Amino acid sequence: MDKKIKVLIAKPGLDGHDRGAKVVSRALRDAGMEVIYTGIRQTPEQIVATAVQEDVDSIGLSCLSGAHNKLFPKVVNLLQEKGAGDVLVFGGGIIPDEDIPGLKDAGVSEIFLPGTSTEDTIEFIKNNVK
Amino acid sequence: MEDLIEGLLVGKVRPLAKAITVVENDQPGKRELLKRIYPKTGNAYLLGITGPPGAGKSTLTDKIIANLRKQGKTVGVIAVDPSSPFSGGAILGDRIRMQQHALDEGVFIRSMATRSNLGGLAKNTVDVIHLLDASGKDVIIVETVGVGQDEVDIVRIAQTTVVVMVPGLGDSVQIAKAGVMEIADVFAVNKADREGADKLFSEIRAMLDMVKGDIKPAIFRTVAVDDVGIEELVQGIFAHGERVASSGLTGKKLVEKAKRELHAYLVDNIMARSTGLTLYDDVVKRIAAKEITPMDGVEKIFAGLEMKKGEN
Amino acid sequence: MSCTDKKARLAERQGQWQGMVDKALSRFPERKEDFSTTSGIEMKRLFTPADVDAVDYNEDVGFPGEFPFTRGVQPTMYRARFWTMRQYAGFGSAKQTNERYRYLLEQGQTGLSVAFDLPTQIGYDSDMELADGEVGKVGVAIDSLADMEILFDQIALDKVSTSMTINAPAAVLLAMYIAVAEKQGVSSDKLRGTIQNDVLKEYFARGTYIFPPQPSMKIITDIFSYCKDNLPNWNTISISGYHIREAGSSAVQEVAFTLADGLAYVDAAIKTGLDVDVFAKRLSFFFNVHNNFLEEVAKFRAARRLWARLMKERFGAKKASSMMMRFHTQTAGCSLTAQQPDNNVVRVTMQALAAVLGGTNSLHTNSRDEALCLPTEASVQIALRTQQIIAHESGVADTIDPLAGSYLVESMTSEIEAKALEYINKIDDLGGVVKAIEAGFMQQEIGDSAYAYQKSIETADQVIVGVNKFTIEEAPPENLLRIKQEMEIEQRKSLAAVKAGRDAAAVENSLKALKQVAESGDNLLPSIVTAVKTYATLGEVCGVLREVFGEYVEG
Repeated sequence: MDKKIKVLIAKPGLDGHDRGAKVVSRALRDAGMEVIYTGIRQTPEQIVATAVQEDVDSIGLSCLSGAHNKLFPKVVNLLQEKGAGDVLVFGGGIIPDEDIPGLKDAGVSEIFLPGTSTEDTIEFIKNNVK
Repeated sequence: MEDLIEGLLVGKVRPLAKAITVVENDQPGKRELLKRIYPKTGNAYLLGITGPPGAGKSTLTDKIIANLRKQGKTVGVIAVDPSSPFSGGAILGDRIRMQQHALDEGVFIRSMATRSNLGGLAKNTVDVIHLLDASGKDVIIVETVGVGQDEVDIVRIAQTTVVVMVPGLGDSVQIAKAGVMEIADVFAVNKADREGADKLFSEIRAMLDMVKGDIKPAIFRTVAVDDVGIEELVQGIFAHGERVASSGLTGKKLVEKAKRELHAYLVDNIMARSTGLTLYDDVVKRIAAKEITPMDGVEKIFAGLEMKKGEN
Repeated sequence: MSCTDKKARLAERQGQWQGMVDKALSRFPERKEDFSTTSGIEMKRLFTPADVDAVDYNEDVGFPGEFPFTRGVQPTMYRARFWTMRQYAGFGSAKQTNERYRYLLEQGQTGLSVAFDLPTQIGYDSDMELADGEVGKVGVAIDSLADMEILFDQIALDKVSTSMTINAPAAVLLAMYIAVAEKQGVSSDKLRGTIQNDVLKEYFARGTYIFPPQPSMKIITDIFSYCKDNLPNWNTISISGYHIREAGSSAVQEVAFTLADGLAYVDAAIKTGLDVDVFAKRLSFFFNVHNNFLEEVAKFRAARRLWARLMKERFGAKKASSMMMRFHTQTAGCSLTAQQPDNNVVRVTMQALAAVLGGTNSLHTNSRDEALCLPTEASVQIALRTQQIIAHESGVADTIDPLAGSYLVESMTSEIEAKALEYINKIDDLGGVVKAIEAGFMQQEIGDSAYAYQKSIETADQVIVGVNKFTIEEAPPENLLRIKQEMEIEQRKSLAAVKAGRDAAAVENSLKALKQVAESGDNLLPSIVTAVKTYATLGEVCGVLREVFGEYVEG
């Protein structure tokens, strides 16, 4: 049996706009992946604890409130602390281009901006999960 | 593998999670892993929670977990959601309602998709239950969708099965649905503050009166979102467990459980081996062309398996 | 020629024309098989008198200012006064936002609209754990009355109307506004403005809820009651469809779910003993305006007519003011692209024009850079100028409801009304909005629409200029508005200073009193006003309410 790719889609922080997270979740499901969606208002700690319990291959973080510079790196750091540093982390939402290098340095593998096709996200995950 | 086994036996989260992945996906090392932990199972109290969509199972499970934690018990949860029959993928969203426990070290929650393995949900989920058991969890809750064939199997191996119902979903139809009356050890009428709750309660009672036996399943009223009726429900669950234990049925249930697990593995194993034979496709073609009957087809397959054994 | 003769003649000629069409099609097929809107409404090749056969001018279209208000809610509309140009704004600290407000007022904006940051919207102070990283990002941070005083510095509250986009903690921010006005010497009865205060849509489209539905409805009806007696010119609720549309719904769903929420609020208010003809005139609405120009114009007209009819039929409203739907509109945030941002100015212009032709009472136009972050001063100026150019240079505001009578517009108005009513009846069958939310009904519908739309973009069935067609290699945009991380630290410092400088005993007493009132079921507003005047923080006040009412968990 081919192992199904397991992805956690999470919304860290207080932002409640979940349209994108839900659309991406559906698209990943339709591509044959198993998606854990945690709902909104998750702390980085909750997200990482969930990721570890569910032994996911990848985490997709969605944030439209501008808090990404603080919250995304926090998730990456916590993953490393918990020995789950090999989980592929990507993000999306309202994120200015100029923040992307910083996020990548912090360990976020890719940022998908508004207008990204779900196909690209799916390809990225397939090509980059360990 | 050694690290995984050691880690999970002392309840460490990441080894347990990784071990579950091995077992869930039939990865190499699974047989060895199960062999090692199997003797350490049998301690956890297995609770099944099932019912139609919209009954509030996940919210109820969330509150039951909170109650158990207050009693100092550790809890393992398997939340099952259906896989898409088209893509084979799934969105596993039951956790949303249980996230207040995400940071509690005494709670381990794992989401699983039904997938459509030939062995079905039953086999792999039971294996995961064994792992949670071996990791030392006091109570293991399996929360499943609907009342379908697979779910009935899972639920037959639980010590107590709670069937959750809600007023307003076509009550008599729900109750009459095959399997519910047989599998329910305890009923929970959730969203009991709604109109129709009393009616539903009476209908369940009436149906139970028609069933043989002295020990009738208890019916509890709950309003999960408001944390109402949870204490009584949990007590009722354990009361059921004690009744079963003291009436000497435990042994019978264990044998029943062992049978079901064995059957699930047998079916899965035979199917896998049979479909792996080179003559399989040919047999299928011949049946389709009406050259041989399916019964004869089975004989041919078994003959083929014998031959293969002989070759090995 | 008699009426029937004319109809027959039309049908005959259309039949002949169809022959011409078929010939043209055989040589040159049309761009698509299906030209429907996202609501499933057919965009026919041609609309004719036959399409409006069932429309009765007197019954269905009528006159502006008269039931069923299809053509508008005032008899003179924009000829007397343009729609309020009200740009939603707020970011960072109260001081920064105050500067932006004074800038906008100088530039000709006619009303204020306050954007609060997420911690404020969810009842948390800037020093609370969950506020980390979020302070001042999507709006202004208001922790206490002190911030509110700074926010309205040099702005006379008897001269402006202020709309506050605040929902779960609306009572607290309203109390603060009242307190600031008092300090300025302005009595409550002079205050004009709106609080969004629409908690139902939070549960299925926006996510900034705090308490569960029942206590939330109680708070809302408390506000209706308090304002009836103390703020007679204040709009107590802005029943919103904007966010429902942003979450991915269609135009029909936007109308249906918004009006369904409205019906739930009216119902709740009546159940507390309020008279519909007393409070209903203070209800207002808030819609989105999206790209499909013609559907959007029809949508606004359908919404007005449907609401008027529902208020009359379901609640027996007698006064015109009780049935009249006044609304604010915002151009669609979800239609803005990060690619080639200047194109957004064009999108916003078309959308704003549709809202004006739809008779909106108030309008916010988005800025071109909002798919990337909050707008710069330069971008917001263009957005405001867009409204001003439409008002002063296009001529459309010189007459009322100019597109009335268009075969397409009247046909679509009726169709949207009918389809929206179907949804409302469905929600009724489910037991009302709260039960429908529990059953996940709206969430499912919206999710399905959102997904279908995404698919249509990915197949390029729906072209988005600059995104899936006419793309270019672009350099990242420059000079975007950034909220400095230091702002959060500054805000925490000022909050600490406020806490240190206030009368701790007075704060404690007011919170205790509030708790008692919350438990007793009496009107919360007076005790909230008392509490905020002691400089009890938003987080402290909401904390008490969280204790008593609990918190809502999604799912």
